[in-house]
Amino acid sequence: MGTRSDRFSPWEYALFAGITLAVLCLCVCVGSVNVPLRETLTAVAEALRALVLHRERPSGLGAAIILSVRIPRVLCVALVGASLALAGAAMQGLLKNALADGSTLGVSSGASLGAVIAIAFGVRVPFLPFAGTTAMAILFAFFSLLIILGLAYRMDCSFSTNTIILIGVVFSMFVSSLMSVIITFAADRIQHITFWTMGSLQGKNYTDVLLTGAALLVCGSVIFSRWRELNAFAVGEDNARHIGVNVRRVRLLILLAVSGLIGVCVSVGGTIGFVGLVTPHAVRLLAGPNHRRLLPASLFGGAVFLMLADLTARILLNPVELPIGVVTSLVGAVVFVIIFYRSRKRVKG
Amino acid sequence: MLEIKKLTVRFGELTVVDGLDLAVEEGQWLMIVGPNGAGKSTVLNAVTQGVPYTGQILFEGQDVRRMKSVQRARCIGMLAQSHPAAYSFSVEEVVSLGRYAYSAGLLSGRGDEDEAAVETALELTGMREQRRQSVLTLSGGELQRTFLAQAFAQDPQLLLLDEPTNHLDLIYQKQVFGMISDWLKRPGKAVISVVHDLSLARACGTGALLMDRGRCVARGGVPEVLAPERLEQVYRMDVYAWMRGLLSQWS
Repeated sequence: MGTRSDRFSPWEYALFAGITLAVLCLCVCVGSVNVPLRETLTAVAEALRALVLHRERPSGLGAAIILSVRIPRVLCVALVGASLALAGAAMQGLLKNALADGSTLGVSSGASLGAVIAIAFGVRVPFLPFAGTTAMAILFAFFSLLIILGLAYRMDCSFSTNTIILIGVVFSMFVSSLMSVIITFAADRIQHITFWTMGSLQGKNYTDVLLTGAALLVCGSVIFSRWRELNAFAVGEDNARHIGVNVRRVRLLILLAVSGLIGVCVSVGGTIGFVGLVTPHAVRLLAGPNHRRLLPASLFGGAVFLMLADLTARILLNPVELPIGVVTSLVGAVVFVIIFYRSRKRVKG
Repeated sequence: MLEIKKLTVRFGELTVVDGLDLAVEEGQWLMIVGPNGAGKSTVLNAVTQGVPYTGQILFEGQDVRRMKSVQRARCIGMLAQSHPAAYSFSVEEVVSLGRYAYSAGLLSGRGDEDEAAVETALELTGMREQRRQSVLTLSGGELQRTFLAQAFAQDPQLLLLDEPTNHLDLIYQKQVFGMISDWLKRPGKAVISVVHDLSLARACGTGALLMDRGRCVARGGVPEVLAPERLEQVYRMDVYAWMRGLLSQWS
């Protein structure tokens, strides 16, 4: 619940969508080969016309780069960024902890372990051969969350910053050791496995876009529909119970949705750290802590942040491309220190 | 209104509340008193389903354990001891959360009835002026009044208070107890509060329950329950002499 003006106006949504679209256009046009905006828009329009009228797709180097490489990649980046930021915002509300995020909690590492096991041992889902990695990543993300939160709760019956971060670090190290063991037994797939540890969205296709989009639609809807409960959890779990929130059911529902989002993102792009930490934190400063505003703002903010990080990764050392996870971690580590310092200062004060 | 039968709460081997019986009727303000570790707060937590227990807790004859969370919240509200804030929610946003149990749809906003309840709660607690202020900037007393306003906005029939004047200075203690007394005058309301201040228990309570090591030592009218020999048995000191000694400093 909140005030009547606790939601964004249609104009504000239009502004967010406009900014996201502008950044998307920039990321599609700019790269190792720059394609002018006019040529980009023409290629997109012709491709859409060809799709509707069942004609041949536009030819040419520029059109090929735009339609087959850049657009699926940038769309994937935007959807992964939006998903990770939404998952981060939900976790930070649920645990009443501004440092909670897939990477700080160790959930992304857990999801990576699932994906690595699927790759190393060729785990497949019957009738859906491409979904083995995704299913394992989601499954491991969920169980990682349960283990981490279970341990945190047993240690001090709360989700205090220090306990959560400590367990997240220990869990990530444990998972890292397990991955090293798996790599020892699956040396022939070492290159593939390295991808998960660094995070990259290079060479993504429209199937990845559809998969991430579907996950965002389903899991995002669950999280959006629980904005009231997230507000209650962000004030305090006991308080949430006192005002009538079914704490257990809502917590499980949100954890499932968060696991789904992180699992799919990790299976598509590997471990991309700190997006879920940095974006909701920055957005909270502008939009406030009310999840009715925070969740949509994080969604757009995450998409913009990761698209810009991906653009930086592509052009900073052109023609060499940096893994996107390296860029987000560089920014995220600094922001993490700032938030941790400020939260410690508040506790002492 | 509320009836508790053979309530037992165990944390592992430790029995925190042991076979407690109590009943509260409309218009009553039951004071639960006793030394630290007596199990007072655990009784309130059991009523709000915050701890596992054996025995029965009935509200208007209905088992509280079988009630849906929102249904329970419409009947029973609770004000906790402390409210550590993490995010800069406004006072109004926190008070509005009290209307959660009445929210209609997943995406709907506040209705007129919710607006009125929030306004009344802000008015009752004197927090209207600070409605836009962040809870991170409030004093302990203002924060307690904010959460009391949330409990009022929740509009329960029974209000549970866990040491409501904890950490509050005298003026806030007086204000908070005054607000609760006013609220109790409304029809169909009752209050159970855990208090350490025996003077406040005497001044405001219509009934009392004295607890020690999870068990009920005495229950009934305030003067009988807080009789000198009973307090001495539980606190292992002459409470009356101590109180008189303190008061004599003011003469």
